[in-house]
Amino acid sequence: MMEKMIFGRYIPGDSFIHKLDPRSKLIFVFLFIGIIFLANNIISYALLVVFTLITIFFSKIRLYFLINGLKPIIFLVIFTFLLHIFFTKEGDLLLKWQFIEVYEEGLKQGIFISVRFLVLVMITSILTLTTSPISITDGMETLLNPFKRFKLPVHELALMMSISLRFIPTLMDETDKILKAQMARGSDISSGPVRERIKAVVPLLIPLFVSAFKRAEDLAVAMEVRGYRGGEGRTRYRQLKWDWRDSTIILVLIIIAIILLWLRS
Amino acid sequence: MNEILSFHNVIYTYSPEETEIRKALEDISFSVSDGEWIAIVGHNGSGKSTMAKLMNGLLFPQSGEVRVFGETLNADNLWDIRSQMGMVFQNPDNQFVGATVQDDVAFALENNGVSFKDMVVRVHESLTQVKMEKHLNSEPHHLSGGQKQRVAIAAALALKPKILILDEATSMLDPQGREEVLTTVQRLRKETNLTVLSITHDLEEALLADRILVLNNGRKYTEGTPDEIFSRGEELVELGLDLPFALRMSKILGDNGIILKQDHMSERDLVNDIWISNFKK
Amino acid sequence: MDIQLQKIGYSYAKGTPFEKRALTDVDLEIISGSYQAIIGHTGSGKSTLLQHLNALLKPTEGTIQIGNLMIQAGKKVKNLKPIRQKIGIVFQFPEHQLFDETVLKDIMFGPLNYGVPADEAERRARLLVEQLGLPEEVLEKSPFDLSGGQMRRVAIAGVLAMEPSVLVLDEPTAGLDPRGRREIMDLFHKLHVEKGFTTILVTHSMEDAARYADSVAIMKDGRCVLSGQPIEVFGNEQRLIEFGLAAPRIVRFQREFEELLGYPLPILCLTEEQLVNEIARVAQVERESS
Repeated sequence: MMEKMIFGRYIPGDSFIHKLDPRSKLIFVFLFIGIIFLANNIISYALLVVFTLITIFFSKIRLYFLINGLKPIIFLVIFTFLLHIFFTKEGDLLLKWQFIEVYEEGLKQGIFISVRFLVLVMITSILTLTTSPISITDGMETLLNPFKRFKLPVHELALMMSISLRFIPTLMDETDKILKAQMARGSDISSGPVRERIKAVVPLLIPLFVSAFKRAEDLAVAMEVRGYRGGEGRTRYRQLKWDWRDSTIILVLIIIAIILLWLRS
Repeated sequence: MNEILSFHNVIYTYSPEETEIRKALEDISFSVSDGEWIAIVGHNGSGKSTMAKLMNGLLFPQSGEVRVFGETLNADNLWDIRSQMGMVFQNPDNQFVGATVQDDVAFALENNGVSFKDMVVRVHESLTQVKMEKHLNSEPHHLSGGQKQRVAIAAALALKPKILILDEATSMLDPQGREEVLTTVQRLRKETNLTVLSITHDLEEALLADRILVLNNGRKYTEGTPDEIFSRGEELVELGLDLPFALRMSKILGDNGIILKQDHMSERDLVNDIWISNFKK
Repeated sequence: MDIQLQKIGYSYAKGTPFEKRALTDVDLEIISGSYQAIIGHTGSGKSTLLQHLNALLKPTEGTIQIGNLMIQAGKKVKNLKPIRQKIGIVFQFPEHQLFDETVLKDIMFGPLNYGVPADEAERRARLLVEQLGLPEEVLEKSPFDLSGGQMRRVAIAGVLAMEPSVLVLDEPTAGLDPRGRREIMDLFHKLHVEKGFTTILVTHSMEDAARYADSVAIMKDGRCVLSGQPIEVFGNEQRLIEFGLAAPRIVRFQREFEELLGYPLPILCLTEEQLVNEIARVAQVERESS
């Protein structure tokens, strides 16, 4: 199940989208979330869909793969779709069967909301699929830098974030290992009454915590030995580069926003 | 030869209020010269790792002093001394700070405020020294244990330290990884005038050193060249250590009436000796 | 309990873009009561293979026969508990699985899960602590207050307390000092002989395999590339080198000696004592003939 999830995963590549600066991608996604709400008719929604498809094309991520990864949220989309169909009672009556009544406006709203939702998820997925978590962290750190003045510990947050990301695979492996070791000792998390299952989590969690603390301790020592004394006086190895590509996509997005405004009815 | 690091009557205990508990280190004195490779060996719990922590001020002795580059190590010169001392630990995963290989190597440089331009050069140089320059962007969970430890060495060398401390750096590796790490250290020693302190219970690793210091229950048991140390034979086994293969063979051969001129450390010497003393007519 | 693997294959994350093949076409037969070594580099698939031995992983291809139980790729198997009890696995760094308040409770965890009465589980724990050379007072201590070597023994006791008949060992000596390593390996050998365990040792130490095993399998890139009796496998140095492995030290030493001698010794020696005896014998023969 977890293995099939693509939400939040990164697939290395060298597409146009991969090469963008994480800052431009982050700005892009945030602006896009706002712009989506400008669309309010069929043409403008169509424009959003086409634009999303073009973005997917440029990211060189296989569409099949994206759709496959969206499966977990399809339920949510269908649910909101049905909600709109059944509870919006405006426009012409299209269908009546027993107590179910579907109105034109309801159908329209249902489709619009679903499209809006899917487009949003696709675009954010593209961000995470084409940008390594560490680049996202870098982008965030730089974008948030001005807030240092307001005592926001930007460097510390970014370091915490990057270390957490770095240790996720390690801890996942560890969890798997301990889980299997306890299963071999007859512990069973996946079946039996809920109370038993909760009890079975203890032999997993305690070793996991013990090991995580040990790792944290080791890591702290390793960092200290290599001269880490907080953010003061540090230089940065990771440099971000904003080039013509980045300006281009922001510009394209602004143009789209203007068109959407113009198309609004 | 110039002394580069030394311990003078160092005592350290993790529980100072309980006097009846055995101290982690009891009255340790020794010195290391510039460019030397010293191996510190002892069974688990003999105090080896405590020694490593005292060397770069992760701990301070309760009594006695630790001198590095001619200065007594204290809270004031600590960071300065650390920047000239690289350290590699046991667990390859728990010392990998950066998200990728190059980030990890750059970490110490960033901490010391090295400019971006110099950092790029140093990162590449360091990784080339350990032959990991092709893995700049690899993430730790895609590397083998040996590769991670080589990166850790590169990270430790990024600031061009004079001393490299290996704190059981090979003990969690498979034979292949161990080989990679030891070959790397040997090559580094040839190319640079690096002083190496390796804390280990692997005797093959200790054999590579110029000098071996044996610890037992927190005390210095003996020190000397590998030949001197291993000539003690069974004594070492009693301390929980092992003997190199050729030496063990020499003993068994001798016990079974095969004539040998002497005991040997290397297999080649031993096999030649067996031949010359017993077969050649 | 015989264990038979037929053409098994395994892929992690099957059917996703992250799919990774770990095992291909592995055939292996482990006979009841034997000491089987599985050797390979890190990443050769040996750890994946060992998880198949008590159905922690199920093969994506092929079949596994464990005693009377048949596990087939793609088919559900009910009630794996009896198998898991019979096949104890000592994982790498087993001390990482300790969790309970006291050593006694931790050792009893396995048996209790398999429905052994509490007083019997306690009896086993007390006996094992003694057998593994731990002082009795550790029973009431927290496992986290013990030394590394002691923790490892407690974890091993936790597996032995289930009274398995097959013992699977994954690098049981990793990270131990030479004395600890020797003691643990001797302990497992003793158990193998005294209790008639089937022992499966997953290791990268050619030396341990040569010393203890009566059957050896070599893994490389997820395949079982060579298997047989130690003498056959270790005598086949050409193949071993192809697989990026070196023959055990003792074998290499014998070869160096044979090169000077000019002819091969009649047997391949796998222990130091054996080789010394053989050298002494040849020396005797040579002396008499000259």
